[in-house]
Amino acid sequence: MSRVEVINGNMAAALAARLSRPEVIAAYPITPQTPVVEYLTQFHADGALGCQMSEVESEHSAMSILTGASLTGVRCYTATSSQGLALMYEPYFRASTLRLPIVMNIVNREMISPQTVWGGPQDSLTLRDAGWIQLYVEDNQEILDTTIQAFKISEDPDVLLPINICYDGFYLSHMTERVEVPEQAEVDAFLPPYRSRHIILDPDQPMAVDPLTNGNLLMEYRRKHMAAQQSALAVIERVDSEYAAAFGRSWGGLVDQYRAEDAEYLIVSMGSVCGAIKEAVDTMRGRGVRIGLLKIRSLRPFPRKAVLAALEGKKGFGVIDRNVSFGTGTGILYQEVRAALYSAGARFPAASFIGGLGGEDLTLELVASALECTVETVKAGKTDEAARWLVRAKKGEGR
Amino acid sequence: MAKEYVAPVGEGIHAVRTGDWRTQRPVLDSSACRRCGLCLMYCPVNAVSRAEDGSFSIGLDYCKGCGICAAECTAHAITMVREARA
Repeated sequence: MSRVEVINGNMAAALAARLSRPEVIAAYPITPQTPVVEYLTQFHADGALGCQMSEVESEHSAMSILTGASLTGVRCYTATSSQGLALMYEPYFRASTLRLPIVMNIVNREMISPQTVWGGPQDSLTLRDAGWIQLYVEDNQEILDTTIQAFKISEDPDVLLPINICYDGFYLSHMTERVEVPEQAEVDAFLPPYRSRHIILDPDQPMAVDPLTNGNLLMEYRRKHMAAQQSALAVIERVDSEYAAAFGRSWGGLVDQYRAEDAEYLIVSMGSVCGAIKEAVDTMRGRGVRIGLLKIRSLRPFPRKAVLAALEGKKGFGVIDRNVSFGTGTGILYQEVRAALYSAGARFPAASFIGGLGGEDLTLELVASALECTVETVKAGKTDEAARWLVRAKKGEGR
Repeated sequence: MAKEYVAPVGEGIHAVRTGDWRTQRPVLDSSACRRCGLCLMYCPVNAVSRAEDGSFSIGLDYCKGCGICAAECTAHAITMVREARA
């Protein structure tokens, strides 16, 4: 029997990590991830973690320690945010190209400058091509469920890749919600222990790890790495089904949809803003506008087929990005969705929105205006080449 | 068929006998040796070993012939001799 707790997103992540029985955790505190480290350290002090807990001097050290620990063949976990992730970039790339199934929560925080500690997934999105699997979630229950699933996905023999479960700083990390927390025995039955075979520091199985390698062989490893990302598409779906069978909750796997089946217009987005989008969808549905939401959960691997299937028969779509893609004029998700459509020869009118950067609130009013604008843009048959900015009216400017 | 590797690893590790690179080799005159052990301490590849009776010998598997032992030996008991083609 699971128990119901009232906890914030960071506690959901910490509990999920503990329930998954990692053998080594190494982490360095950084806002808004700090409470994850505090909770885990408290579990450890209370003798309730059952795991090595390494309090390191930097994020670079955290990922380096986990690289070594994972090479001994054990399950590893960490969490970070923004500047910490940036400092971790070098061992971050190595962890994926060594094919080490490390699980890391990224508590999304905007990148500097100007100085900021507030939410925004620019940190992890910018590293989307560093070889990790990246899943983005919407609420605290989804954080807990997906973090437990993450170990099973990344340790799958067809995958063997590290994985990020990303959630919005403050909007989820510090927001309190009802969360069902499963029993240890239930998680144990779902998640078998991890034992490494493909790469391991073991005197009984001597191998040289990460030797100096020429380009012809390096390209072989990149090709296999890219194939593993594609294999992860099916594994993410399968693990979601297995989780639903065990715990009664499915999050849709690669993507989730809300009132999308009979929709003429689709809003595409990810993360916590999907809650506001669902409300705005309900409001417009009440006025007879057939609009729905396509929530992208898996950004890497990108679920091209699932996106194409969701858009089939629609008149057009709009994308709400909580990030920027410098040099393209739009957000990252808008670029990703349009690239997926090109591969199928499909062409839709589409609207691009950027908003909610640096923790700025994507209010219901702003989201509703994006939905209205999407319908108008699609009706006009236009496709945005530059993003429209979702900006709150300044005080004194009445609307 | 060659084994397929998922991650960049190498198996079938073998040690390279770096002594093969040598162009000159140290020859120790045991009668002149004062058994001080300086050669053992200075050898950068640990090619010098000390026997139970306190005598010293130089193993040639990994000695690259750098000549540091000969230069440091205060008794001038080590001379460097040019390797001949076999």
